[in-house]
Amino acid sequence: MEQVANQVIFFLLSAIIVVCSIMAVTSRRILRAATYLLFVLFATAGYYFQLDYHFLGAVQVTIYAGGILVLFVFAILLTSKLGEKSDRISSRKRAWGLLAAVLGAAICGYTLLTHDFFPSQFAQGGELDMKTVGHALMGMDKYQYLLPFEAISVLLLACIIGGIMIARKR
Amino acid sequence: MIYYVVVSTLMFFAGVYGFVTRHNLLAILISLELMLNAVDINFVVFNRYLFPGQLEGFFFTLFAVAIAAAETAIAIAIIINIYRNIRNINVDNVDKMKY
Repeated sequence: MEQVANQVIFFLLSAIIVVCSIMAVTSRRILRAATYLLFVLFATAGYYFQLDYHFLGAVQVTIYAGGILVLFVFAILLTSKLGEKSDRISSRKRAWGLLAAVLGAAICGYTLLTHDFFPSQFAQGGELDMKTVGHALMGMDKYQYLLPFEAISVLLLACIIGGIMIARKR
Repeated sequence: MIYYVVVSTLMFFAGVYGFVTRHNLLAILISLELMLNAVDINFVVFNRYLFPGQLEGFFFTLFAVAIAAAETAIAIAIIINIYRNIRNINVDNVDKMKY
Protein backbone atom coordinates (compact mmCIF):
# COMPACT_ATOMS: atom_id res chain seq x y z
CA MET A 1 0.00 0.00 0.00
CA GLU A 2 2.76 2.41 1.00
CA GLN A 3 4.69 1.37 -2.09
CA VAL A 4 1.78 2.38 -4.30
CA ALA A 5 1.37 5.70 -2.51
CA ASN A 6 5.08 6.40 -2.97
CA GLN A 7 4.84 5.68 -6.67
CA VAL A 8 1.81 7.90 -7.10
CA ILE A 9 3.59 10.76 -5.34
CA PHE A 10 6.68 10.15 -7.46
CA PHE A 11 4.72 10.38 -10.71
CA LEU A 12 2.94 13.49 -9.50
CA LEU A 13 6.24 15.18 -8.67
CA SER A 14 7.78 14.10 -11.98
CA ALA A 15 4.83 15.49 -13.91
CA ILE A 16 5.08 18.80 -12.05
CA ILE A 17 8.83 19.01 -12.72
CA VAL A 18 8.64 18.22 -16.43
CA VAL A 19 5.61 20.39 -17.24
CA CYS A 20 6.67 23.36 -15.13
CA SER A 21 10.28 23.37 -16.31
CA ILE A 22 9.12 23.42 -19.93
CA MET A 23 6.62 26.17 -19.12
CA ALA A 24 9.33 28.13 -17.30
CA VAL A 25 11.48 28.35 -20.43
CA THR A 26 8.66 28.94 -22.90
CA SER A 27 6.41 31.38 -21.01
CA ARG A 28 6.64 34.87 -22.44
CA ARG A 29 5.90 36.67 -19.20
CA ILE A 30 8.95 36.63 -17.00
CA LEU A 31 7.11 36.73 -13.70
CA ARG A 32 5.21 33.59 -14.70
CA ALA A 33 8.48 31.94 -15.64
CA ALA A 34 9.75 32.67 -12.13
CA THR A 35 6.59 31.18 -10.62
CA TYR A 36 6.99 28.00 -12.66
CA LEU A 37 10.58 27.83 -11.47
CA LEU A 38 9.24 28.00 -7.91
CA PHE A 39 7.04 24.95 -8.56
CA VAL A 40 9.99 23.06 -10.04
CA LEU A 41 12.11 23.81 -6.99
CA PHE A 42 9.35 22.69 -4.62
CA ALA A 43 8.90 19.44 -6.52
CA THR A 44 12.65 18.88 -6.35
CA ALA A 45 12.46 19.31 -2.58
CA GLY A 46 9.71 16.69 -2.69
CA TYR A 47 12.12 14.33 -4.45
CA TYR A 48 14.69 14.83 -1.71
CA PHE A 49 12.07 14.13 0.96
CA GLN A 50 11.09 10.98 -0.89
CA LEU A 51 14.69 9.82 -0.98
CA ASP A 52 14.86 10.30 2.82
CA TYR A 53 17.30 13.19 2.63
CA HIS A 54 15.12 15.39 4.79
CA PHE A 55 17.84 17.88 5.61
CA LEU A 56 18.57 18.47 1.94
CA GLY A 57 14.88 18.96 1.24
CA ALA A 58 14.65 21.55 3.97
CA VAL A 59 17.76 23.31 2.61
CA GLN A 60 16.24 23.29 -0.87
CA VAL A 61 13.00 24.87 0.35
CA THR A 62 14.64 27.54 2.49
CA ILE A 63 17.51 28.59 0.24
CA TYR A 64 16.07 28.12 -3.24
CA ALA A 65 12.37 28.71 -2.77
CA GLY A 66 12.74 31.11 0.13
CA GLY A 67 15.87 33.02 -0.81
CA ILE A 68 16.72 32.86 -4.48
CA LEU A 69 13.12 33.12 -5.70
CA VAL A 70 12.52 36.25 -3.63
CA LEU A 71 15.66 37.78 -5.16
CA PHE A 72 14.37 36.87 -8.61
CA VAL A 73 10.96 38.39 -8.01
CA PHE A 74 12.46 41.61 -6.69
CA ALA A 75 14.83 41.87 -9.63
CA ILE A 76 12.01 41.23 -12.10
CA LEU A 77 9.79 43.86 -10.52
CA LEU A 78 12.67 46.34 -10.51
CA THR A 79 13.60 45.85 -14.14
CA SER A 80 10.39 45.29 -16.10
CA LYS A 81 6.85 46.55 -16.18
CA LEU A 82 4.06 44.31 -14.99
CA GLY A 83 2.26 42.38 -17.72
CA GLU A 84 4.96 43.14 -20.24
CA LYS A 85 5.51 40.33 -22.72
CA SER A 86 8.88 39.53 -24.21
CA ASP A 87 9.04 39.80 -27.99
CA ARG A 88 8.72 36.67 -30.06
CA ILE A 89 11.78 34.54 -30.62
CA SER A 90 13.00 34.43 -34.18
CA SER A 91 12.34 31.07 -35.77
CA ARG A 92 16.01 30.50 -36.56
CA LYS A 93 17.00 30.91 -32.95
CA ARG A 94 14.13 28.70 -31.82
CA ALA A 95 15.22 26.02 -34.28
CA TRP A 96 18.80 26.10 -32.97
CA GLY A 97 17.62 25.92 -29.38
CA LEU A 98 15.28 23.04 -30.12
CA LEU A 99 18.03 21.25 -32.03
CA ALA A 100 20.49 21.60 -29.14
CA ALA A 101 17.93 20.52 -26.55
CA VAL A 102 16.43 17.57 -28.43
CA LEU A 103 19.75 16.28 -29.68
CA GLY A 104 21.32 16.50 -26.24
CA ALA A 105 18.33 14.90 -24.57
CA ALA A 106 18.31 12.09 -27.14
CA ILE A 107 22.01 11.32 -26.71
CA CYS A 108 21.83 11.50 -22.90
CA GLY A 109 18.65 9.44 -22.78
CA TYR A 110 20.08 6.79 -25.07
CA THR A 111 23.24 6.50 -22.98
CA LEU A 112 21.29 6.32 -19.72
CA LEU A 113 18.79 3.75 -20.91
CA THR A 114 21.36 1.42 -22.45
CA HIS A 115 23.92 1.60 -19.64
CA ASP A 116 23.32 -1.00 -16.95
CA PHE A 117 24.06 0.39 -13.52
CA PHE A 118 25.05 -2.09 -10.87
CA PRO A 119 22.12 -3.05 -8.64
CA SER A 120 21.22 -0.53 -5.98
CA GLN A 121 21.10 -1.35 -2.29
CA PHE A 122 18.70 1.44 -1.43
CA ALA A 123 16.09 0.49 1.17
CA GLN A 124 13.12 2.76 1.70
CA GLY A 125 12.74 4.19 5.16
CA GLY A 126 16.36 4.55 6.25
CA GLU A 127 16.37 8.20 7.08
CA LEU A 128 19.74 9.92 7.25
CA ASP A 129 19.92 11.31 10.76
CA MET A 130 21.14 14.78 11.59
CA LYS A 131 23.99 13.52 13.77
CA THR A 132 25.71 11.83 10.83
CA VAL A 133 25.36 14.94 8.69
CA GLY A 134 26.73 17.18 11.44
CA HIS A 135 29.73 14.94 12.15
CA ALA A 136 30.58 14.64 8.46
CA LEU A 137 30.26 18.40 7.99
CA MET A 138 32.45 19.32 10.94
CA GLY A 139 35.10 16.61 10.87
CA MET A 140 38.63 16.76 9.49
CA ASP A 141 39.16 13.11 8.58
CA LYS A 142 38.72 11.42 5.24
CA TYR A 143 35.17 11.85 3.85
CA GLN A 144 34.54 14.75 6.19
CA TYR A 145 34.04 18.26 5.02
CA LEU A 146 35.34 20.98 7.31
CA LEU A 147 37.61 22.57 4.69
CA PRO A 148 34.94 22.95 1.97
CA PHE A 149 32.61 24.30 4.65
CA GLU A 150 35.10 27.03 5.55
CA ALA A 151 35.80 27.72 1.88
CA ILE A 152 32.07 28.21 1.31
CA SER A 153 31.85 30.62 4.21
CA VAL A 154 34.71 32.71 2.78
CA LEU A 155 33.00 32.57 -0.63
CA LEU A 156 29.75 33.87 0.86
CA LEU A 157 31.63 36.71 2.57
CA ALA A 158 33.29 37.61 -0.74
CA CYS A 159 29.85 37.44 -2.35
CA ILE A 160 28.37 39.87 0.18
CA ILE A 161 31.19 42.36 -0.32
CA GLY A 162 31.09 41.97 -4.10
CA GLY A 163 27.32 42.45 -4.18
CA ILE A 164 27.57 45.67 -2.21
CA MET A 165 30.44 46.93 -4.38
CA ILE A 166 28.60 46.22 -7.62
CA ALA A 167 25.15 47.43 -6.66
CA ARG A 168 25.92 50.63 -4.74
CA LYS A 169 25.38 54.03 -6.28
CA ARG A 170 28.42 56.01 -7.28
CA MET B 1 16.13 4.95 -10.18
CA ILE B 2 16.33 5.46 -13.90
CA TYR B 3 13.10 7.49 -13.84
CA TYR B 4 14.63 10.10 -11.58
CA VAL B 5 17.54 10.46 -13.97
CA VAL B 6 15.28 10.71 -17.02
CA VAL B 7 13.25 13.48 -15.35
CA SER B 8 16.39 15.41 -14.47
CA THR B 9 17.65 14.99 -18.05
CA LEU B 10 14.44 16.55 -19.39
CA MET B 11 14.76 19.37 -16.89
CA PHE B 12 18.38 20.01 -17.86
CA PHE B 13 17.62 20.25 -21.56
CA ALA B 14 14.61 22.47 -20.93
CA GLY B 15 17.19 24.72 -19.27
CA VAL B 16 19.47 24.45 -22.32
CA TYR B 17 16.62 25.45 -24.62
CA GLY B 18 15.79 28.49 -22.50
CA PHE B 19 19.45 29.45 -22.26
CA VAL B 20 19.83 29.47 -26.04
CA THR B 21 16.56 31.17 -26.98
CA ARG B 22 15.86 33.79 -24.28
CA HIS B 23 16.69 37.48 -24.68
CA ASN B 24 16.10 38.66 -21.15
CA LEU B 25 19.07 38.32 -18.80
CA LEU B 26 16.83 37.31 -15.90
CA ALA B 27 15.15 34.61 -18.00
CA ILE B 28 18.61 33.27 -18.88
CA LEU B 29 19.40 33.17 -15.18
CA ILE B 30 16.19 31.22 -14.54
CA SER B 31 17.23 28.65 -17.17
CA LEU B 32 20.61 28.42 -15.48
CA GLU B 33 18.93 27.63 -12.16
CA LEU B 34 16.97 24.86 -13.87
CA MET B 35 20.17 23.28 -15.16
CA LEU B 36 21.90 23.53 -11.77
CA ASN B 37 18.89 21.97 -10.11
CA ALA B 38 18.85 19.05 -12.54
CA VAL B 39 22.50 18.33 -11.78
CA ASP B 40 21.76 18.44 -8.05
CA ILE B 41 19.03 15.83 -8.49
CA ASN B 42 21.50 13.61 -10.34
CA PHE B 43 24.08 13.82 -7.56
CA VAL B 44 21.53 12.96 -4.89
CA VAL B 45 19.96 10.10 -6.80
CA PHE B 46 23.25 8.43 -7.69
CA ASN B 47 24.44 8.84 -4.12
CA ARG B 48 21.23 7.40 -2.68
CA TYR B 49 20.76 4.48 -5.01
CA LEU B 50 24.26 3.34 -5.86
CA PHE B 51 26.24 4.25 -2.73
CA PRO B 52 23.76 4.57 0.14
CA GLY B 53 26.46 4.18 2.78
CA GLN B 54 28.40 7.26 1.71
CA LEU B 55 27.61 10.95 1.66
CA GLU B 56 29.62 12.45 -1.21
CA GLY B 57 26.66 13.32 -3.44
CA PHE B 58 24.73 14.69 -0.49
CA PHE B 59 27.47 17.13 0.43
CA PHE B 60 28.19 18.03 -3.16
CA THR B 61 24.57 19.05 -3.53
CA LEU B 62 24.61 20.94 -0.25
CA PHE B 63 27.63 22.98 -1.36
CA ALA B 64 26.24 23.41 -4.86
CA VAL B 65 23.07 24.96 -3.40
CA ALA B 66 25.18 27.39 -1.37
CA ILE B 67 27.27 28.34 -4.41
CA ALA B 68 24.13 28.75 -6.52
CA ALA B 69 22.77 31.19 -3.96
CA ALA B 70 25.98 33.23 -4.03
CA GLU B 71 26.14 33.18 -7.82
CA THR B 72 22.52 34.29 -8.20
CA ALA B 73 22.97 37.16 -5.76
CA ILE B 74 26.01 38.48 -7.64
CA ALA B 75 24.38 37.98 -11.04
CA ILE B 76 21.27 39.90 -9.97
CA ALA B 77 23.45 42.72 -8.60
CA ILE B 78 25.20 42.94 -11.97
CA ILE B 79 21.89 42.82 -13.87
CA ILE B 80 20.39 45.64 -11.79
CA ASN B 81 23.54 47.68 -12.40
CA ILE B 82 23.21 47.10 -16.15
CA TYR B 83 19.56 48.15 -15.97
CA ARG B 84 20.57 51.33 -14.19
CA ASN B 85 22.99 52.18 -16.98
CA ILE B 86 21.14 51.30 -20.18
CA ARG B 87 17.50 51.05 -18.99
CA ASN B 88 16.82 47.53 -20.21
CA ILE B 89 18.26 44.06 -19.80
CA ASN B 90 18.10 42.47 -23.24
CA VAL B 91 21.27 40.64 -24.17
CA ASP B 92 21.21 42.18 -27.64
CA ASN B 93 21.75 45.63 -26.17
CA VAL B 94 24.56 44.69 -23.84
CA ASP B 95 27.49 44.83 -26.23
CA LYS B 96 29.44 47.89 -25.11
CA MET B 97 32.05 47.88 -22.41
CA LYS B 98 33.35 50.91 -20.62
CA TYR B 99 36.72 50.96 -22.39
